[in-house]
Amino acid sequence: MTAHAAPVLAVRGLHAGYGPIEVRHGIDVDVAAGQVVAILGANGAGKTTTLRALTGEVSTRGSIRFDGAELAGRSTESIVRRGIAHVPQGRGTFVNLTVAENLRLGAYLRGRGADVGDDLLRMYEYFPVLGERQDQRAGSLSGGEQQMLAIARALMLRPRMLLLDEPSLGLAPLVTRVLFEIIATINRQEEVTIVLVEQNAHLALAIASAAYVLEAGRIAMTGTPDDMRRDEAIASAYLGYGV
Amino acid sequence: MDLLIQQMLSGLASGAIYASLAVALVLIYRSTDIVNFAQGEMAMFSTYVAWQMVQSGASYWLAVGATLIAAFVGGLVLERVVIRPVEGRPELVIVIVTIGLFILINALAGFLWSFQVRGFPSPFPARNIALGTLRVGLPTLGILAVVTLVVGALFLLFAKTRLGLVLRAVAEDPGSARLVGIRVGWMLALGWGLAAAVGAVSGILVAPVLFLSPNMMLSVLIFAFAAATLGGFESPLGAVVGGLIVGVSENLAGTYIDAIGADLKIVVPILIIVAVLLVRPHGLFGHARVERV
Repeated sequence: MTAHAAPVLAVRGLHAGYGPIEVRHGIDVDVAAGQVVAILGANGAGKTTTLRALTGEVSTRGSIRFDGAELAGRSTESIVRRGIAHVPQGRGTFVNLTVAENLRLGAYLRGRGADVGDDLLRMYEYFPVLGERQDQRAGSLSGGEQQMLAIARALMLRPRMLLLDEPSLGLAPLVTRVLFEIIATINRQEEVTIVLVEQNAHLALAIASAAYVLEAGRIAMTGTPDDMRRDEAIASAYLGYGV
Repeated sequence: MDLLIQQMLSGLASGAIYASLAVALVLIYRSTDIVNFAQGEMAMFSTYVAWQMVQSGASYWLAVGATLIAAFVGGLVLERVVIRPVEGRPELVIVIVTIGLFILINALAGFLWSFQVRGFPSPFPARNIALGTLRVGLPTLGILAVVTLVVGALFLLFAKTRLGLVLRAVAEDPGSARLVGIRVGWMLALGWGLAAAVGAVSGILVAPVLFLSPNMMLSVLIFAFAAATLGGFESPLGAVVGGLIVGVSENLAGTYIDAIGADLKIVVPILIIVAVLLVRPHGLFGHARVERV
């Protein structure tokens, strides 16, 4: 898929906020099918709010077209029904339910089809630790395991687009590296488009094909990962080195 | 000794009735954090519906079956029409709305059927059977059996079915439930319908004992609150255990403590509520909630 193809997600003039407080100020984002797009930025730049706007969890103005259909103003449930799975920051697993129950809920919209069971096994291949712990309460998993569960649950929807919010948050560096390798694998094997919000710019740029940098609710820069690495201001602010 | 056991058994029977209304309260509370003060009045109204059908010539069981379905639909509609608009408002607003519902339903029942006290048929013959040296009333055993059946069915629903899993997910985390595509609003309405039907069972069981009147469920609601508080307010099992404990202790206190007797039994649940809130606010089966501020 090339970046010239019509974008599967086209965001135009998006304003988003919590009640009367607006934290995003008219941003444009294009995501081509099959891409991994990274959204970078400092704490409070508006990354999480942007993702929450995409799944209708905050009030928005502007246009969000996904596969030609307008999503702005729709309820979260109906946006998810169109094939967008959102792994929120803090993971949002059901901690009192078992691993297997969490995964089955992920496939809620797909009904009782037999292929749900096949997908369950496929998730246990991506994340063997989830298979070992399928009957344990999600709350008893470690942070990294819960993040894996959250991603696996989102994949059970068989989404066309996966929104990942700070998957590295609170995880040990080694766990994070493994997780990002799996995310890259999932992008290829499941043919799912991924929008990745991440503070760890190194990791995000390593698997992304395009990136946006948010500053104070506005887009400060757009480009490929190489553009980002070459840009002195971006490199020193987010990658920790100057050129 | 026989008197003690007999009093405990009849305590279990009234406890089972409190338990069924307490379970209804818990079903709504755990998924919406709403304490539904109108739960008892909804049960009373449902019981009048059953009574009206029996008066019109329907058989007892047909009337009961139709009433349970009507109660389910009624609960669902109440949630959509009355509770939905105040969803997410401060707790006080919602509490006032359910108290308003309480008054409204009570007055409507009085308007439709008058405040005259009426008899209500019992499906259980008013006979005793001998168990060893004990004589146990069939209604006592019948009530225990019905409530066991209802609680067992609810347990199977929540533990073994897909719908039960979805309801548990919604109760635990509505935001995440939306993210897997569950229509949370409808699930909350379903919870109200379920609670209304379970509450109707308690009304239908209590009516032959207390007689049918618009104020029939007032004291039952207080006992049910005690049961739910004791059980921790978010565990259906806790509500059942709490109901049985409240029923037995009420009966024993009425029998053995002269100062309480039959007239002051209502003091017992109130003492239980106060004691639980002082000593163990999250009850026997609830979890202490920690909130960061």
